[in-house]
Amino acid sequence: MLTALTVLLVYQLVGEIVVVALGLPVPGPVVGMALLFVSLILRGSVAEDLRDTANGLLRHLSLLFVPAGVGVMAHLNRLTNEWLPISVSLVFSTLLTIAVTALVMRALLARRVQGH
Amino acid sequence: MTPPLAEIWVYLSATPLLFLTLTLVVYQGAYWIYRRAGFHPLLNPVAISVAMIVALLRLTDTPYETYFGGAQFVHFLLGPATVALAVPLYAQLGKLKHALWPICGALLAGAVTALVSAVGIAWLLGASDLTLLSIAPKSVTTPIAMGIVERLGGLPSLTAVLVVTTGIIGAVGAKYVLDALGITDHSVRGFALGTAAHGIGTARAFQESDEAGAFSGLAMGLCGLVTAVLFPLGVWLVRTLQ
Repeated sequence: MLTALTVLLVYQLVGEIVVVALGLPVPGPVVGMALLFVSLILRGSVAEDLRDTANGLLRHLSLLFVPAGVGVMAHLNRLTNEWLPISVSLVFSTLLTIAVTALVMRALLARRVQGH
Repeated sequence: MTPPLAEIWVYLSATPLLFLTLTLVVYQGAYWIYRRAGFHPLLNPVAISVAMIVALLRLTDTPYETYFGGAQFVHFLLGPATVALAVPLYAQLGKLKHALWPICGALLAGAVTALVSAVGIAWLLGASDLTLLSIAPKSVTTPIAMGIVERLGGLPSLTAVLVVTTGIIGAVGAKYVLDALGITDHSVRGFALGTAAHGIGTARAFQESDEAGAFSGLAMGLCGLVTAVLFPLGVWLVRTLQ
């Protein structure tokens, strides 16, 4: 587990360095994920240790959003004043995005199957 | 004379231990409820945890900064967890290669829909400029969304809240939307969840299946990348036209 955690942190660190050095508009961990993904393809397999640690971390992914969510406290004024546009926008935009993404992907997958 | 209980409280709230432990204990409780209810989407553990912690902090008059001093250790793990998404993604490499073009098409459609509809609806209903700027990247994972908004002069901490709320809405609502549309393919269900509802959607997708989870994680990463490029361009365009 220690090795795997070190690997994840090293990739994150390299990601951060790449982002700062090249002035990219994306966060370091995303670049770190891309680099680890490419490394795994080049290596051709995942070490058991890394797989277990990654799966363990991702199994409780939602826990990691709790501290940011509690930040709602600091914005109660703005959220109360603009509750209507904010809530309608969040609900409709999110559900619409799910529907559009799913329908486009299904249509493109179906078209490809027919094309074969 | 100060009662001993208050003294203990003052002492403990000055160390990270109290709020770190509180976050873990409350989450485990919320997760226990969620599991007992057969993973009913309406009992989302993030929503329950946030509500309980906010209530507790208000009752004890604790400012958010004090809470975050302890909870930041949990927050920090978002970075390595994002990197870890490469692992389930690699496990789906075969399916990924097979569905490359449908993925690109769905990603672009989803990312643009998320941005334009969020800003459009909020603007039509009279939201302020600062709120518009902060709500735009709502479908993107927290670290990316906060990074983008900070650079453009919005309110990153407000964005974090809107992003988490979006994730909860997506995790709660996705099942109903996808079932109503008759979407049965787990790769499609996962991909839609990850595009619209980032990591919280991905956590929900992993409960459906490993395949849904991997595609959701992929969508979350890609949607973050695409939005990080599209959104600053859009803002620049709007500001130039004004």
